Amino acid sequence: MSTMVDLRGVTKRFGAFTAVNDVSLEIASGEFLTLLGPSGCGKTTLLRLMAGFDAPTVGSVWIGGEDVTQLPPYRRPVNQVFQSYALFPHLTVGENVGFGLRMQQVGQAEAAARVAEALALVSLTGLDTRRPHQLSGGQRQRVALARALVCRPKVLLLDEPLSALDAKLRRAMQLELKRLQRQLGITFVFVTHDQEEALTMSDRIAIVNAGRIEQLGTAHEIYHRPATRFAADFVGQANLLEAQLLLQDAETVQVAVTGGLELSLPLAAWPVGATTALIAVRPEKVHVAKRRARSNFYASAANRFEARIEEEIFQGATDHLVIVTATGTRLGVVVANESAFGEIFHEGDRVYCALHADDLVVVRAD
Amino acid sequence: MPATLTAAPRRRLPSGLRVLEVTLTGWTSLVIVFLYLPILVLVAYSFNSSRLNIVWESFTVGWYRRVWENVPLLRAAENSVIIAAVSTVLSVLLGTVGAWLLHRYRFRGARGLQTLVAVPMVMPEILMGISLLILFATAGLGLGFTAVIIGHVTFSFPFVLVAVQARLKGLDPAMEEAALDLGATPLQAFWLVIVPCLRPAIVAGALMAFTLSWDELIVTFFTTNAASATLPIRVFGMAKVGLNPMLNALSALFIVATVAFVIFSDYVKKLGR
Repeated sequence: MSTMVDLRGVTKRFGAFTAVNDVSLEIASGEFLTLLGPSGCGKTTLLRLMAGFDAPTVGSVWIGGEDVTQLPPYRRPVNQVFQSYALFPHLTVGENVGFGLRMQQVGQAEAAARVAEALALVSLTGLDTRRPHQLSGGQRQRVALARALVCRPKVLLLDEPLSALDAKLRRAMQLELKRLQRQLGITFVFVTHDQEEALTMSDRIAIVNAGRIEQLGTAHEIYHRPATRFAADFVGQANLLEAQLLLQDAETVQVAVTGGLELSLPLAAWPVGATTALIAVRPEKVHVAKRRARSNFYASAANRFEARIEEEIFQGATDHLVIVTATGTRLGVVVANESAFGEIFHEGDRVYCALHADDLVVVRAD
Repeated sequence: MPATLTAAPRRRLPSGLRVLEVTLTGWTSLVIVFLYLPILVLVAYSFNSSRLNIVWESFTVGWYRRVWENVPLLRAAENSVIIAAVSTVLSVLLGTVGAWLLHRYRFRGARGLQTLVAVPMVMPEILMGISLLILFATAGLGLGFTAVIIGHVTFSFPFVLVAVQARLKGLDPAMEEAALDLGATPLQAFWLVIVPCLRPAIVAGALMAFTLSWDELIVTFFTTNAASATLPIRVFGMAKVGLNPMLNALSALFIVATVAFVIFSDYVKKLGR
């Protein structure tokens, strides 16, 4: 697949503040890429560099194989959906959607057909004579989407477009955006601070922190193999454990983690020559049972230990536990509430725990 | 823009406070009477055939005919309209573009410029008049229409600028970016998106500028010549000689025009919404 967006060594400074710090990023044609990070991390600046609202201090921006670094926004083959939608209040829905075509001096008949097509695409047919203030939040969002898509951009930039919608509508729009992107085959660059949104929609996710891309990968890679402490913590929940090397043999290493629990993990996962490392463990990867389970999982797990439930918070579909081992290692655990063993967990219960060596992920501490 | 504009529920005073209610009603009526009684008397006496304002003789429309036949007065009214219209257009252009530049672009001395722009609004008109007179005299420019219009624009465009600036503060910065993103050049974005968004402020500023120019006396006095004398200048000249019932008639016409103007401006503002 060819590269659609290419950021090459891009840095953006505002006075003394560095918003984007030496970022290189290639986005494939037809890809749905999400820039995920907390507010102020530089993700919106990255989007603005692609749109042309800001110029990089260092580096270049390429779109569709062309260096657009010096091009103003109105000469770039990209369109954006703004967080505030930024619909023009004095124009009707139809005129809003047709604005880009008017700027391109597309003929009236063709423009009308394309506006109708774009409105149909976002299921707003028949609302073209309304004014933006007569629409609901969800409808405005769709108008903003149609207004950008009608220009047939090579890349669609979306700046937290769903953040103003309520949870239910947001979920529906996530799926719809994903469907639209598949259907149109346009490259989408989506900015959000909502990790669930990122996991739901993206082909790849770029975790942005302090002006840098910390990790770039598929939702699965990011979730199962977080590269840094930040990535592990920001996407999903994670137990972060300081590990001290105890023993090393041909295939495995033995480590002692915060609180004294001893765990083993594959040698290949351990950083070469290190004596300490940071390990991330997803809470649902810690298997707990009140009876010593005879299941294959328990038997095959490299790490087995006993613990006591210190805290239990029932959340319906899942049960959230905090367990403490005999030596004092604390772990957060999430149990799917399937009641396969007919077990109900209470504070103070003793549990048998199992942890696969593969589920211990060494992450960079920076 | 709020999707629904619901009127706040009307609050009535608690029933136990009848005395207060009566007092407030009385006070309000008194204020209204003080404001409008002189105007009513003036209008009434414009139909009085006596030359004296205090004695009612009989009904006449003669004074109105005298106004209509007074060519210099009509010329002055015409001058007033021309000067107010031209200075309004110039004020709107200067004020709107100026507000946009001050809002949109960061440059050295922007704050100082902002203060300088606001000064003519509070500067005593007599100072403005004298300084403009000195300026035109030293620059060798004659007094007359151009001088009066320049004078009026100097103190009325800041009102447009301030109104537009207030509106710009509340404007979504993404509005301009959205226009640029959709292929509009900065100039197109300004004309096709920013200006329409600013329309209510521009209309309010324009009405303000027109009104200021229409009844301006002092600055005009220092910058006008015989050919460009405005209505206020003429009326002032006539009043100095002595009160004449023709002035009553003229004032009554003025009041009718003002009321019409207020109704018209309300209508324009409603259109702007």
